[in-house]
Amino acid sequence: MSVRKIIWADTYDEDGYPYPQGLMDLNLGVIDPGLRCKTCDQKASDCPGHFGHIELAKPVIHVGYTRMIRKLLRVTCRSCSRLLMGPEEIEKVIGTEEEGTEVVSEKDIKKEQVCPHCGVQQLKINFEKPTTFSEIWVEDGHKMEHKLTPADIRARLEKIPDDDLKHLGINPEVARPEWTILTVLPVPPVTMRPSIILENGQRSEDDLTHKLVDIIRINQRFKENQDAGAPQLIIEDLWELLQYHVTTYLDNEVAGCPPARHRSGRPLKTLSQRLKGKDGRFRGSLSGKRVNFSARTVISPDPYISVSEVGVPLAVANEMTLPIRVTQFNIEEARQFILNSPDRNTTGGPCGANYAIRPDNRRIRLSGANLETVAPMIEPGWTVERQLRNGDIVLFNRQPSLHRMSIMAHRIRVMDGKTFRLNPAVCPPYNADFDGDEMNLHVPQTEEAQAEARILLSVQENILSPRFGGPIIGGIHDHVSGIFMLTNGVKWFSRSQVLYILSHGNPDHLPEPGKVENDVPLWTSKQVFSLILPVELNMVFRASSCLNCDSCKKEGCERDAYVKIEDGILKCGTIDKKAIGAFDGQIVHRIIRQYGMKRASDFIDDLTRLAIRGIMLFGFSFGIDDEDLSRTEYGQIREVLDTAAMDVERRIRIFREGQLEPMPGRTLEETLEMQIMQVLGKARDRTGEIAGRHLGLNNSAVVMAVSGARGSMLNLTQMAGCIGQQSVRGERIMRGYDDRTLPHFRKGDLGSEAHGFIKNSYKSGLSPTEFFFHAIGGREGLVDTAVRTSQSGYLQRRMINALQDLKVAYDGTVRTTGGRIIQFRYGEDGTDPSKSSYGNPVDVKGIVESVLKEEC
Amino acid sequence: MGTPLNVLEHVMVPEHHIMSEEEIKQLFSTYKITTEQLPKMYHDDPTAKMIKAKSGDIIRIIRISQTAGRAESYRHVIKRSKK
Repeated sequence: MSVRKIIWADTYDEDGYPYPQGLMDLNLGVIDPGLRCKTCDQKASDCPGHFGHIELAKPVIHVGYTRMIRKLLRVTCRSCSRLLMGPEEIEKVIGTEEEGTEVVSEKDIKKEQVCPHCGVQQLKINFEKPTTFSEIWVEDGHKMEHKLTPADIRARLEKIPDDDLKHLGINPEVARPEWTILTVLPVPPVTMRPSIILENGQRSEDDLTHKLVDIIRINQRFKENQDAGAPQLIIEDLWELLQYHVTTYLDNEVAGCPPARHRSGRPLKTLSQRLKGKDGRFRGSLSGKRVNFSARTVISPDPYISVSEVGVPLAVANEMTLPIRVTQFNIEEARQFILNSPDRNTTGGPCGANYAIRPDNRRIRLSGANLETVAPMIEPGWTVERQLRNGDIVLFNRQPSLHRMSIMAHRIRVMDGKTFRLNPAVCPPYNADFDGDEMNLHVPQTEEAQAEARILLSVQENILSPRFGGPIIGGIHDHVSGIFMLTNGVKWFSRSQVLYILSHGNPDHLPEPGKVENDVPLWTSKQVFSLILPVELNMVFRASSCLNCDSCKKEGCERDAYVKIEDGILKCGTIDKKAIGAFDGQIVHRIIRQYGMKRASDFIDDLTRLAIRGIMLFGFSFGIDDEDLSRTEYGQIREVLDTAAMDVERRIRIFREGQLEPMPGRTLEETLEMQIMQVLGKARDRTGEIAGRHLGLNNSAVVMAVSGARGSMLNLTQMAGCIGQQSVRGERIMRGYDDRTLPHFRKGDLGSEAHGFIKNSYKSGLSPTEFFFHAIGGREGLVDTAVRTSQSGYLQRRMINALQDLKVAYDGTVRTTGGRIIQFRYGEDGTDPSKSSYGNPVDVKGIVESVLKEEC
Repeated sequence: MGTPLNVLEHVMVPEHHIMSEEEIKQLFSTYKITTEQLPKMYHDDPTAKMIKAKSGDIIRIIRISQTAGRAESYRHVIKRSKK
């Protein structure tokens, strides 16, 4: 393996030429341009480098194998080096010949026994980190210790017979145990430890070279002392020093060993550190790399572009390119790209080219000056690197990429500004928002990659989630509120209002007016919504505002929650989260099943535009006075809370008097706690009901809660009514001082206020003690989310590592790369969940509804 | 001590059968596999002991499946190492 023995610690002479047999010897490869490698006679760019070696004065232990050395010393005889087991014992552990896959471990050997082969008493082997081995025994009541030198250990390991090694799980044909004690040290080629030249012309060597210099120096001194017959003590010291340098050369983070440091105090990055950890060779350089043809910037919303589009800033589009291979068919087009200047400064302008590549792979940078000269030169065989333009397909990604919808293909729309623009309806799959999120964009460079992106990765192919077989792209927030306000109940619009709402859609014609009043034609809001539905759509379902009454009044529902669509016309019901929302989107789902992905993506585009116009027509805002109630409600709320507090007092009194009946399996205290929690919980809900009575659909928060756009009635209760009980681990707050939560209360007070019940609302404001309890309860929530994300992240990482190479074979089985079967049929029924209807292969309900035109 | 437990009678334990030579041949040809590519189970698995399977046998497991109603799976019985 070695091409050169290295004996000199110096690297370069005064002229900057490498010393022969030094660490930068020309036989080890070259890094300086102009020189040629003495081994392979190639230039610096072509020579891969070659190993050299250092002959060590005395053997040293390889730190990576100390565990194995310890095991081998403990299971073999100190005199004859045979396994400390008789043949019968071995058979007992390993079993009979035929199976023979078992190996002997350290635990199978009895301690300090006599060797069954030569009868020598065995001694205890002590191992001290990082590399010291010694024998311990007791003599005349004194503990005796004898150090084993690496040479002693090597001698022992050499004597272990091949047959014994097999029982220990070592194949002697491949590796002998004494190879774990080094006598020569390989010197890696200079190509993997290049020296760099600083600005001031000084050379700065790699950490590995520094370490090798240390090793050679000590080795040289060791040899000289040895030859001069130095006393044993000095020899031992030098040996230990050599061992230290070799150890840190291999691994500079060994336990029990101070790390070798640079002159500046920084620990050296030696062999093991190059491989280990996140930025090491494996995770940092092989599993993950930095890529070209990518862009990253802040994202912002644009509801008027399609979900399958992405807005790209002009600056990015001008910088990123797509290679166009020139053929006789596209040569004129390619020439035009060159002639269009690369300095495009309007979003509508024609895209230019940044580079032209000659058939010999030479790049010509295109700029205003050379366009006219390069353009006539191109011919088939050249490549032109064209800038991005509208309609190009790109991959769009947001970290963490937790599922496959985290990378989807979008069509480019070149835009002004400096941010990527995306339709807010595609936020759910990316889990993106616009509070400063950044996203990455990649440009596929080959026709194959572009086709694959179009067919497999485009947004419209990913509307259905493989997680549950339903749509994960759909209306969010304002879309849901807007479409809810538009379709709830019956509202009449004049022609100009209808056209305002539809102005960003593209309807061919308006339907017959719903009614004509004083010669003015009027349309209902439901008619307007029906314009974006496919003509033959038939479906019946219940909106999110449905209360699940025992007997459904159907068309007569006073909340307008019974949705019926007949022949593409919304007959009754409100469109909300259940109908068009991300994750629910029943209409979106049905359109995909019956009309395909393209129609669904068009529907989402139409819908988002319609909903945005709808919400703009009505106007939508929320302020502090939206939480106001009237005097009667405040009185009722106070009454409810006072009664609850009195009820709690009464129960505490019963408890104190010993009259409380414990619930089965509970102590008296637990029973009381549960009762109090129940009473207070009910009181909070009652305040919510009172507040809800006052706040109707003219309140924005109620609209958002009922339509499912954002928030819940509970949030509203806490804002307007009463915040309610704060808890830690599902119990009232009990911690703090002795027998009380805060010094504001008496010891042993069990009342509602003393244990974290907040009477106030966010509107009315919290008292100091209430605020403190609220902070306690809030902290628990924060800790929970922090812990949950880190735990589930680690779980996911391990799952992916375990499952990443499995694939569904053409026969429907799930197999590993080795062809081993994991499942005999994917998911036991062979169904692709992203092609299913919520897990079922056939959407029976949908088919029946579209035929019968009514609920089944 | 107590009555002997037959795990096969437990509601959550699916049906296990030892397959005949003929069936094994059929199985290998439909999936184009060898014994090595089958999932494994230990010879001392409670169900394997119950149906008296020896190492080297192939067992058919018939499960009630949430998605498919009925699903078949196959296991190659191997000897468990002692440690």
